[in-house]
Amino acid sequence: MSGVLNSIFEPGFFSSGPVHAALLTGAVVAAVSGAVGVFTVLRSQSFAGHSLSDLGTLGGSGAFLLGVGPLWGFITAGVVVGGAMDLAGSQRRNSRDVATGIVLGAVLGLSALLLYFDTTSSSTTGVTVTVLFGSLFAVSGFTVPATLAFAGLGLSALALCYRPLLLSSVSSDLAAARGIRVRLLGLVFMIVMGVTVALSSLIVGTILSPALLIGPAATALRLTRRPLAAMGLAAALGAGATWLGILLAYDSYHWPPIGDGWPVSSFVVALIFLAYLLSALRKPERRTETVYSENTVHAVSGAV
Amino acid sequence: MFAPFMENTWITASIIAAIAALVGFFVVLRGATFTAHAVPNAAFAGAAGASLIGVSSLLGLGAFSLGGALLIGVLSRRGRHDAVTALIVALMLGLGALFLSWSTEYAPEIYSLLFGEVLGLSSNETNLTAILAVVCVLILACVYRPLLLSSTLPEAAEARGISAARIDALFLVLVALATTTAVPVVGALLMFSLMIGPPAAARALTKHPAPAMALGVVLALATVWIAIAASYQTNWPIGFFVGVGSAAWYVLARIGAWARLSVKSVGERA
Amino acid sequence: MTTTHPDPASPATGPVLALDEVSIRLGGRQILDRVAFALAAGEFTGLIGSNGAGKTTLLRIVMGLRSPDAGTVRVGGKPLARRARQVGYVPQKIQIEPDAPLRARDLVALGLDGERLGPRLPSRTRNRQVDEMLEAVDAARFADERVGTLSGGEQQRVLIAHALIGRPRLLLMDEPLANLDLRSGQEIVELTSRVAKEQGVAVLLSAHDINPLLPVMDKVVYLAGGRAACGTTEQVVRSDVLSELYRHPVSVLRVDGRILVVAGSTVTADVLPPRSEPSVAAAVGRGVRA
Repeated sequence: MSGVLNSIFEPGFFSSGPVHAALLTGAVVAAVSGAVGVFTVLRSQSFAGHSLSDLGTLGGSGAFLLGVGPLWGFITAGVVVGGAMDLAGSQRRNSRDVATGIVLGAVLGLSALLLYFDTTSSSTTGVTVTVLFGSLFAVSGFTVPATLAFAGLGLSALALCYRPLLLSSVSSDLAAARGIRVRLLGLVFMIVMGVTVALSSLIVGTILSPALLIGPAATALRLTRRPLAAMGLAAALGAGATWLGILLAYDSYHWPPIGDGWPVSSFVVALIFLAYLLSALRKPERRTETVYSENTVHAVSGAV
Repeated sequence: MFAPFMENTWITASIIAAIAALVGFFVVLRGATFTAHAVPNAAFAGAAGASLIGVSSLLGLGAFSLGGALLIGVLSRRGRHDAVTALIVALMLGLGALFLSWSTEYAPEIYSLLFGEVLGLSSNETNLTAILAVVCVLILACVYRPLLLSSTLPEAAEARGISAARIDALFLVLVALATTTAVPVVGALLMFSLMIGPPAAARALTKHPAPAMALGVVLALATVWIAIAASYQTNWPIGFFVGVGSAAWYVLARIGAWARLSVKSVGERA
Repeated sequence: MTTTHPDPASPATGPVLALDEVSIRLGGRQILDRVAFALAAGEFTGLIGSNGAGKTTLLRIVMGLRSPDAGTVRVGGKPLARRARQVGYVPQKIQIEPDAPLRARDLVALGLDGERLGPRLPSRTRNRQVDEMLEAVDAARFADERVGTLSGGEQQRVLIAHALIGRPRLLLMDEPLANLDLRSGQEIVELTSRVAKEQGVAVLLSAHDINPLLPVMDKVVYLAGGRAACGTTEQVVRSDVLSELYRHPVSVLRVDGRILVVAGSTVTADVLPPRSEPSVAAAVGRGVRA
């Protein structure tokens, strides 16, 4: 019996300091990502979430140049860019997407340059990996309480604005008619999203953080139709995937081919994808309609 | 930088720029910005896996680009377009990181696959790229008109027997081809800006389709040539020049178009 | 400029909604020009006008979402504050994804407390109110379905329940019939009239075709060229009044109890010198009836 347990939980798992830190921060961040992600999907702002994380790359690589931990670069980028994006207006037109794509290209190009400087100046080749794919096991020191604090802030903001946010996501007119400050709320939510994306970039990196934001949320939406339940389920799924990912990554230290461990972020993302796939096995609930959308012509399922 | 060993780089880069611009014309027309972003990222896993096995990364790239592109197309029929695509992209990226973590050259490999690599192109790869490019151009030449019609007026095209679903599949194949050729040189993360920037800039300057495509190719070539030269001289990553360069063309084109409009309206009022 | 016709049926208590000389100019056009009318409690009023006539703008002004250039709006005798719970609003359509996690009953519940901050505590009273409201609009059978998967007519019912659950004094509906088929439209009109009468809510419903509203309408506000004419159907929907409003010859034809408004004058239509105040009897006496 203990042999089986030992092979699942490699020795040293429960006593390792970095693992503790990883489990704690990972779970909290993943939970917040899941909850915020439900609203992101509800408000059809997935592309904004994607852009935020790509732009966070710039913050992260810049932070290294300044000798600061990546979290602060991500947070700065998240808050500043989140605010700017909301203030610049949000229309989902073709030309808007192109402009955003081009800005992303320039920003990523700039990030490439900064990462190059990071690598040559400090001769730490791991910067690229840290920024792009996360550094969960390297989280330590002040980063842990800072991360928890930010996560708590984000969650509190969400709890506070829960009802107005829900209503304004359905119809801004309905919300405005009740005296809700729709624009302010939109700005607040963008900033919350920016902070959330920054936190998840710490765990799985900027390239993969959309998965942590949208994946558990999309899965939860397939499984429940109550708003609160969706948020809770998404949080649980995200935290669960992260914990399992941490466990597997730790166990993989002795796995082939080189015995240096497989990356945490790969596991987490794979698990999130798996969860989504499983939820997709559910039969659709309602109708289907053929929609000619701007992008391509598909039969879009109105089902779940 | 014009030494013999760079010859392949120049030739390959020119080819991929032309293909990226031609396919990019339709990417911008169809509003498929997100797809252009997603397919190269999916291709990342293929390149990583191929380099691990020691196979020509072009093969791995091609397989994953094609598979990823078609998968994205099929799955977007079922569920939420954005969420599914984002998850597949993330999975591919995660897989790519995994494959690369098994190699001994983890960090540098990731970097060059994501942000581009100017040196080290063999003539074998140049030939393969050329073949893929020819295939791409042939397909485009054949389906140019149906593709154009279906991209602008899908219902009208459907009424004339042009199946929107099949056109979409064809379009995805074209994107996959462009991706396969471009990623080794320009990098997975920044390839899309080559597909979007120059064509979008060209669109802003002219409204006729054929000249727009030609202008897009010219701008893309200029971008890539400048990028190679600059990267060679400074050692800075080529992806930086491509990303910033594409954005620069776009901004200049918008300014130019706006200036032309203002001049015209001033002239009309006079 | 508005022509208001004396309404012998209106009660002596203050009006639920009173517009006074409301004007607004948008995009170079005078959308509303000194519009004035009043609605009494429990009255069902149709706001009729063609597309672009200013119906939505007027509704948004009444809701407080837009400020007029001139004039005042009073709800229940008081100027409209942004947080006035006295006005319920049903938009024409809402954009919501099919898989959005919001059930019909969740949306209706938000009608009670959607603007409150902080987490929502469970409340049996609230649940009961929501259930009752859903029953009243005959939406109980899809109460637990996602709002995004409902049909146009079903969504309208849920939106009406959302608007009325807060017990407003005034219900505004923005072109609810525009996206519905004839039968669903008729059902919505009858349903709204019934529930509004039960709760004593005044209704202002905008539409471009007056006919579906004829069975339930107490008053009509006819909007054209920025000007409004307010009164009963007999008083307002007449060739002379509408010609004055449109500043163009307009004929009102009545066929089979239905009303047809067409451009141009016809021999058989009402003919009265403009700008005179016709007596109710005279107005009723003229015109062609089938």
